[in-house]
Amino acid sequence: MLDKDGIAKRIAKEIKDGYYVNLGIGIPTLVANYIPENIDVVLQSENGLLGMGPFPLDGQEDADVINAGKQTITMLPGSAVFDSAMSFGMIRAKKVNLTILGAMEVSENGDIASWKIPGKMVKGMGGAMDLVASAENIIVAMQHVNKAGESKLLPKCTLPLTGINCVKKIVTELAVFDVLPDGGFKLIERAPGVSVDEIKKATAGKLIIEGEIPEMAS
Amino acid sequence: MNKVVNDADEAVRGIEDGMTLMLGGFGLCGLPENSIAALVKKGVKDLTCISNNAGVDDFGIGLMLKQRQVKKMISSYVGENAEFERQLLSGELEVELIPQGTLATRCMAAGYGMPAIFTPAGIGTEVAEGKEVRNFKGKDYLMEMAFEADFAIVKAWKGDTMGNLVYRATARNFNAVMAMAGNVTIAEVEELVEPGELDPDHIHTPGIYVHRIYQGQDYEKRIEQRTVRKK
Repeated sequence: MLDKDGIAKRIAKEIKDGYYVNLGIGIPTLVANYIPENIDVVLQSENGLLGMGPFPLDGQEDADVINAGKQTITMLPGSAVFDSAMSFGMIRAKKVNLTILGAMEVSENGDIASWKIPGKMVKGMGGAMDLVASAENIIVAMQHVNKAGESKLLPKCTLPLTGINCVKKIVTELAVFDVLPDGGFKLIERAPGVSVDEIKKATAGKLIIEGEIPEMAS
Repeated sequence: MNKVVNDADEAVRGIEDGMTLMLGGFGLCGLPENSIAALVKKGVKDLTCISNNAGVDDFGIGLMLKQRQVKKMISSYVGENAEFERQLLSGELEVELIPQGTLATRCMAAGYGMPAIFTPAGIGTEVAEGKEVRNFKGKDYLMEMAFEADFAIVKAWKGDTMGNLVYRATARNFNAVMAMAGNVTIAEVEELVEPGELDPDHIHTPGIYVHRIYQGQDYEKRIEQRTVRKK
């Protein structure tokens, strides 16, 4: 089973040389720590920055330099800042190659719910609705089941949607899945020490298993 | 074309109960803190506020929420603001949550004189309810209207007396688009300079969009999520 860093590390393998990448709040933010050093990647932060660097050293925080999670960050040589309209302009125009975000639920046809539990919790959609509506390459990083132990990979989302037919890949603590265009979670890899049976038990939506499923390389 | 007013109190003159305001900033970054303090002092109420977040409980628009000056918020994200979320869930505050890019672009449309935009954000979700959908090249888009705001209240790093503005780093965020979008735009700056001191090539908001400008005081520039790395 993977911890949060393990999920982030696995997702980092999906990032290719030359990509502009948008990382959401939570586990996706950790992905930045595992981008291979031999590839050239620019991180986009939707509040208006390309070229997001690491967190600042203690004492060097700058209130004017934050990411979309409102964390203090740094800029890098070659960074560019812009306003929020342009930021979503480049997202809508599909200039951002990969979007990684969290979710509360994903359905077998790639719908995602991530911003509201009616009557209980409202965070707001932030930039997630814009990102999932435009991005062609969307990976969801999330826990496989919710706090009540219920599967978050469902036939149909029960919570208010963030977007439809958009998620392409999911990485959880148990496994990696491709979401197929005509529906279904196709099991690609198992997390270390996790059996196919355990994954079956934790997945409520249509699970597609073809042949031997390899264990994730560590 | 001198746009200078003396202070925040003079800048917010004419803002009355029931008006619609745009407030720049992303979280606490680039927040027009002097103007907000003046609004809190002034006590205007029943306001509709268009702002990406609502500050935090004890800073930014959170201060106006606490005093019940806000009737309605139009925002994209309320997480990390307990009082906002509480008023929302209890129904005390009317809240319209909209996608962040839609929020920014509806401001932009106002500043560009366009009545509406088309965006795919929100298609198939509750955001699309009651809105016109148009299909372009096989993909559905929502028609979203340009915002109308009585006042836009923004914060820039530097500005000149003619209202030209320069922002700093990610504090530009919604400030630059909202500055273009208000019927009256109020800008507070960290440093007010004379015309000619700003390079025309470096101006982010041309002064034509700005009606009142003043140099703010005692910027707190609070940090919401202080994160650092080890050496």
